Amino acid sequence: MEGVPCRTSHGPALDSLVTATMSSKPVRRVDRVVIRFAGDSGDGMQLTGDRFTSETAALGNDLSTLPNFPAEIRAPQGTLPGVSSFQLHFADHDVLTPGDAPDVLVAMNPAALKANLADLPRGAMIIVNTDEFTKRNVAKVGYDVSPLEDDTLASWHVHAVGLTSITVSALADFDLSRKDKERAKNMFALGLLLWLYTRPTDGTEHFLKRKFADQPEILEANLAALRAGFNYGETTEDFAVTYEVAPAPMAPGTYRNITGNTALVYGLVSASHRTGLPIVLGSYPITPASDILHLLSSLKRHGVTTLQAEDEIAGVGAALGAAFGGAIGVTTTSGPGLALKSETIGLGVALELPLVVIDVQRGGPSTGLPTKTEQSDLLQAMFGRNGESPVAVVAPRSPGDCFDTAMEAVRIATTHRTPVLLLSDGYLANGSEPWRIPEVADLPDLQVDFATETNGVNDAGEPVFHPFLRDPETLARPWAVPGTAGLEHRIGGLEKADVTGNISYDPDNHDTMVRLRAEKIARIADRIPPLEVDDPDGDAEVLVLGWGSTYGPIAAATRLVRNTGAKVARAHLRHLNPMPANTGEVLRSYRRVIVPEMNLGQLALLLRAKFLVDVRGYNTVRGLPFKSVELADAIRETIAEPHDPTHPDTEVSR
Amino acid sequence: MTAQDLGMPRTGTDGVPRLPEDAPAQKKKDFTSDQEVRWCPGCGDYVILAAVQGFLPELGLKRENIVFVSGIGCSSRFPYYLNTYGMHSIHGRAPAIATGLATSRPDLSVWVITGDGDALSIGGNHLIHALRRNVNLKILLFNNKIYGLTKGQYSPTSEVGSVTKSTPVGSVDTPFNPVSLALGAEASFVARTMDSDRKHLTATLRAAAEHRGSALVEIYQNCPIFNDGAFQLLKDRDEAQARIIHLVDGEPVRAGEDHVVVRDATGSLSVVAEADADPADIVVHDAGAADPTRAFALSRLDDPSQRHVPMGIFRDVSRPTYDDLVRAQVDGAIASGGGPAGDADLTSLLHGKDTWTVSA
Repeated sequence: MEGVPCRTSHGPALDSLVTATMSSKPVRRVDRVVIRFAGDSGDGMQLTGDRFTSETAALGNDLSTLPNFPAEIRAPQGTLPGVSSFQLHFADHDVLTPGDAPDVLVAMNPAALKANLADLPRGAMIIVNTDEFTKRNVAKVGYDVSPLEDDTLASWHVHAVGLTSITVSALADFDLSRKDKERAKNMFALGLLLWLYTRPTDGTEHFLKRKFADQPEILEANLAALRAGFNYGETTEDFAVTYEVAPAPMAPGTYRNITGNTALVYGLVSASHRTGLPIVLGSYPITPASDILHLLSSLKRHGVTTLQAEDEIAGVGAALGAAFGGAIGVTTTSGPGLALKSETIGLGVALELPLVVIDVQRGGPSTGLPTKTEQSDLLQAMFGRNGESPVAVVAPRSPGDCFDTAMEAVRIATTHRTPVLLLSDGYLANGSEPWRIPEVADLPDLQVDFATETNGVNDAGEPVFHPFLRDPETLARPWAVPGTAGLEHRIGGLEKADVTGNISYDPDNHDTMVRLRAEKIARIADRIPPLEVDDPDGDAEVLVLGWGSTYGPIAAATRLVRNTGAKVARAHLRHLNPMPANTGEVLRSYRRVIVPEMNLGQLALLLRAKFLVDVRGYNTVRGLPFKSVELADAIRETIAEPHDPTHPDTEVSR
Repeated sequence: MTAQDLGMPRTGTDGVPRLPEDAPAQKKKDFTSDQEVRWCPGCGDYVILAAVQGFLPELGLKRENIVFVSGIGCSSRFPYYLNTYGMHSIHGRAPAIATGLATSRPDLSVWVITGDGDALSIGGNHLIHALRRNVNLKILLFNNKIYGLTKGQYSPTSEVGSVTKSTPVGSVDTPFNPVSLALGAEASFVARTMDSDRKHLTATLRAAAEHRGSALVEIYQNCPIFNDGAFQLLKDRDEAQARIIHLVDGEPVRAGEDHVVVRDATGSLSVVAEADADPADIVVHDAGAADPTRAFALSRLDDPSQRHVPMGIFRDVSRPTYDDLVRAQVDGAIASGGGPAGDADLTSLLHGKDTWTVSA
């Protein structure tokens, strides 16, 4: 077979022909592949991608995925807005991103082809479903002539396959409607791709048997389509070789594939086990956070209570009420919902109760891009409340890291008695990666101590409870839950007198309390690890500092830069407020700091304000993760430029 | 399906720890906090506070297992003056906060203090959803038909034409009837009482506390500063006699000495002279009727002129509460799983169905 169905990042040495194992055709070993499945919203592309991912994970490849789908549940058929895609990057080494550009595009119809062609490097493989390229469908997306019939695709390696018609004929003996037969075409495509990349089919066969246990005819049809696709690759002369990607070296352990939303749920539930306190989730459905509500609602045996509230405000209200009662109160939302929760989070700041607020960020402002990713809620999380109302802010860097970050959010909330905002995003929520499953015994101990005794005396010398008498080290106030005799107290949103918690309008007291609340958040930094810098030789002059889901693309970009011999340092913030104590020192030790963000420079603004360091933004807001190649170019440009401390530009050109 | 059929708690305070039999009886002062009460002189809130402080001891509950949650407004200062657990929260949101608390803590008696602006304007959504869910909350709605804390704007219960600071030529919006609203939201307990009638107020609180589920008690409360005399007609002994319709379960509904409430030809209710009424048409109050239609019709006898104002318990029916059902699902999952999930279950959860092992 001709063409370049894959590219190697480690050079051509790995690109060698090896003996076939599963196939009678030659097997070519490659080190990494990016595949994108694209079709109509109803074509089952997410499922196809998920299954390919599972088979790939089981083979031991490292991987990263990027589902990308429209906000509409079923957009008009065959149109560009209705295209849904799933991209998977897998390799024999550690994978940091879902890949900049696909090596293989599976296009189920003209819209899927047109919507994705621009992302495809010249020479990539396109497997296209010719049956959908009717005159009408082609015209619907603005082609005058079918791109299969002119030279539109001359730069790519095209496999034109009648996916629908071959599937239907493979299922000729089944007593199913034509429509049902056609629906199995995604399994045919999956079978073909599994063959092409030497993946087994058994995991998918087990999956189908579970999924269609009650519909034996549909089950058999899907199995037949899957096998037909696999066999088609084996028999047709159109495909001359198959490809193999060896397992990636990974730390020993047991792995599974996990999405960010699932990892957040598992982190919360694990925190519940380790604190001994129940999770109470108050939530209102919103994309892309709803899966957290769905999954938690199925974990009742772990003591999880979920309340689907009447609105976003009630969701966080219920969580805060439960926190007053001694539970781990959690609310989950996305940007617009966070806006609605602001006042209640402010109440949490005033009450000084633990509260975990998870914002799975999406494109904004307003309704914005519900199914696309963005990092543009950082300033909302930091400042989106009235008054001086500091909260802790943390952000996971990868789907698997959502687990640790959720546990960390609970730790901060319960230890420091404060709302904690956890900023995930659409890419982390739905994207997946292999995750080494931790041993339960190794998880941190998050034991919480409730107040049980009075802690002061009144003017008459009688023992009393002071709800705002703080821990001298953390400045956290006692968490005294209803049901504790002798500690009856009232708290509220009105300013409270230091120590006693009684209502106070005293000017000096207010000044004291505002500063105490700020200092309490600042002292969280005493118990978080320092910012680690990846600077292999310790002499780089440029630092790339990121936060959240840009971790993968930034790491991939710095690797690209280093592969060409240049030096660049890299660091990533998990704690956005407070930041690690050494953050300023790290920033000041580099000639130039680049801060890539999927927003217009929100972390950059904070860093400039806080540390007076002239950091530079690298910013895109396309609803998609960065392309590491482009970021690498920007880094190289910065490294190459002469030292000029008065440089006025604040954004790296791109 | 009733709560009883499900083997669920039956009274509002089931599950809340009680004082030991031999403990000294609680007194009003046990429920009085050390905070100075700061309502305006003559405010109806004082008498309601006194009534609540006087009533709580008779519940016989451990004081630390009682929680008052309020929103924002004059009445919402209430929790500060009670020596129980309390939260003065934010405007309109008390029912939501209390729902989270009550659902996660079956051992608490949770009360919500709110006003006409707090409950029916900014917090309208939370109120109706708490009522439809039937969360075991006792919601005391102080209705003075005015915004007091913000100094005198009209409220969602002010009559059309109310001249206030924000409506100098009269308000144009139709007011809510809180009882009708609550019944429309399928509240399982709805009552109306008045600040100045201590005996009736206390009896109503008692019934609300007894009820398992959401209990909405509208309390007519006088604001002497911004809406003084709003309920004067009902407080004047002679006027009240004819105007107040006392709802007594199982008894004919009477309006004053010589009028009764009858079903009219349209199916709604009207007040007629007893002498003109067919005895068969006279309405006998049935607070426990499953169908809320009659209770709703009674609530519509009220009008802005206060010619007839029903007082008492409009509705008191038993249906499963949200918090009991939510806990039953959690308890059921734990029971069917053979006990609470432990480390092994957590390990199994984290592993899921598809794992692979990388060896050293």
